[in-house]
Amino acid sequence: MNSQPPRKGARIDITGLTKLFETARGTVQAISGIDLKVEPGEFLCIVGPSGCGKSTLLRILAGLEKQSSGKIDIDTAGWKIENAMVFQESGLFPWMSVEENIGFGLMTRGVSAAERAPRVEAAMKLVGLTQFRRHFPNQLSGGMRQRGAIARAFVTDPAVLLMDEPFAALDAQNRTILQEELVRIWEATGKTVVYITHSIDEALFLGDRAVVMTAHPGRIKEIIDIPFPHPRNLMELSVTPLFGELKMKIWRVLEDEVNRARAGEDAA
Amino acid sequence: MSMGSEASKQVRQERLLYLLSPIALLVLWEIAIRAGLGDRRFVPAPSDIAERFWLLCVSGELPWDTVVTLWRILAGFLIGAIPGVALGLCMAMWRGVRIIVDPLIAALFPIPKLALMPLFLLALGFGEASKIAVVAVGAFFPVIVNAYAGAANIEKIYIDVARNYGASSRIMFTRVVFFGALPLIFAGLRVALAISFIIGTAAEFIAAKSGIGYLIWSSWELLQVDAMFVGIVTIGLLGVITSTIFLEVERKVIPWKAP
Repeated sequence: MNSQPPRKGARIDITGLTKLFETARGTVQAISGIDLKVEPGEFLCIVGPSGCGKSTLLRILAGLEKQSSGKIDIDTAGWKIENAMVFQESGLFPWMSVEENIGFGLMTRGVSAAERAPRVEAAMKLVGLTQFRRHFPNQLSGGMRQRGAIARAFVTDPAVLLMDEPFAALDAQNRTILQEELVRIWEATGKTVVYITHSIDEALFLGDRAVVMTAHPGRIKEIIDIPFPHPRNLMELSVTPLFGELKMKIWRVLEDEVNRARAGEDAA
Repeated sequence: MSMGSEASKQVRQERLLYLLSPIALLVLWEIAIRAGLGDRRFVPAPSDIAERFWLLCVSGELPWDTVVTLWRILAGFLIGAIPGVALGLCMAMWRGVRIIVDPLIAALFPIPKLALMPLFLLALGFGEASKIAVVAVGAFFPVIVNAYAGAANIEKIYIDVARNYGASSRIMFTRVVFFGALPLIFAGLRVALAISFIIGTAAEFIAAKSGIGYLIWSSWELLQVDAMFVGIVTIGLLGVITSTIFLEVERKVIPWKAP
């Protein structure tokens, strides 16, 4: 990875982003008028209920969808690869070994096998999968698969890391361990991270800021600063008064939204 | 985690169990004939067939017919299956290919391939080519349909990952779509192999002077029922042997699906 004086990740500047989906029942506005700036090296969490368009936003950033209107500027600050995404289900290819999976993003970019080997080696070591290099994903636990997916993203050395609820399918202990590992790796590499979650706790554990989104259409309701210093101890953090205060604050925003949606349904 | 001795023991056990039902069937058959059920001139006992089997082996007739038939079937199978895989994958990758090929499959797949035998005889003559061609056509369709289904139904996340990680369309094809489709491709190949046996043998009934199919048909015409059964049993044995080899190959090629 990067051991030089911490070079920061990309700056992201999103203005007026809108995405419409055509469905059989008409046009659905997935996200509407999103304006958002992400600082270089920031860990930004986006939290919101399902259907608020947070995944759509991430997929547009990943180049997997195209926005209907609006603009995204990404200043990669000299990093060769703009972004790498970690998906909800690991998305490791079942037909490739752990090693081949982690090297995939380098192979696609034409990095020679000789140059690939030490980088994959380092990434495997980083997430503790060295012993499992020849295993296929279906021989690994869910937590190990997700580690592999994180290594696959980090090994490409992207300017932005996009993460779509990467630990949602894991049990609580595995989730905490992986969250801590992720923060550790992020602190060491200075990458910009955009992290989607529906868990308020997770957003507070990980983020520098939490973007709270609401649904129908998906838009940004509020952006909340999370002032906890790094490195963070997640368990200790969770019992501080400020943590509870921020959690309540985000919950209120979301609660309003849920009630408003209910009222809308009742009226309809 | 990995393949323990417990798992491999289970695999071996399963392979032995594979022999159970065919042997039981033969024993029942022998008992029934010896008990006087059926006319032994028309329905020979397994022991009669075994004796004739041995005689035909010693005379060299059966080994030669086997070689001839296997050559026709395997050549036809490969000539049909390889383009079937390639075209099936192309259908999934490119909409244009699918639009052109799909209606042709719908129209041609249901035609009994043996009905095309006269055409092949006219076009290719009475030699090996006509038999190989009819087998190839029979093998082609199940393979193309399965290869297409396999590639078209790859989980979307794998396509997303490949795109997000910068895969070119060549890498998408060779490292993602092909491997993702492989389990269904193998299912298609297995069906195609069985169909190749059916069509190959039947083609020899009507348009050959050698091969197991010819042995079966000519023995029938001469009312040598035991020799006819030798032919039928030989086809069955060849089917078991080839499908066993086939499963072994599948285990090697798709190790991530290994039990």
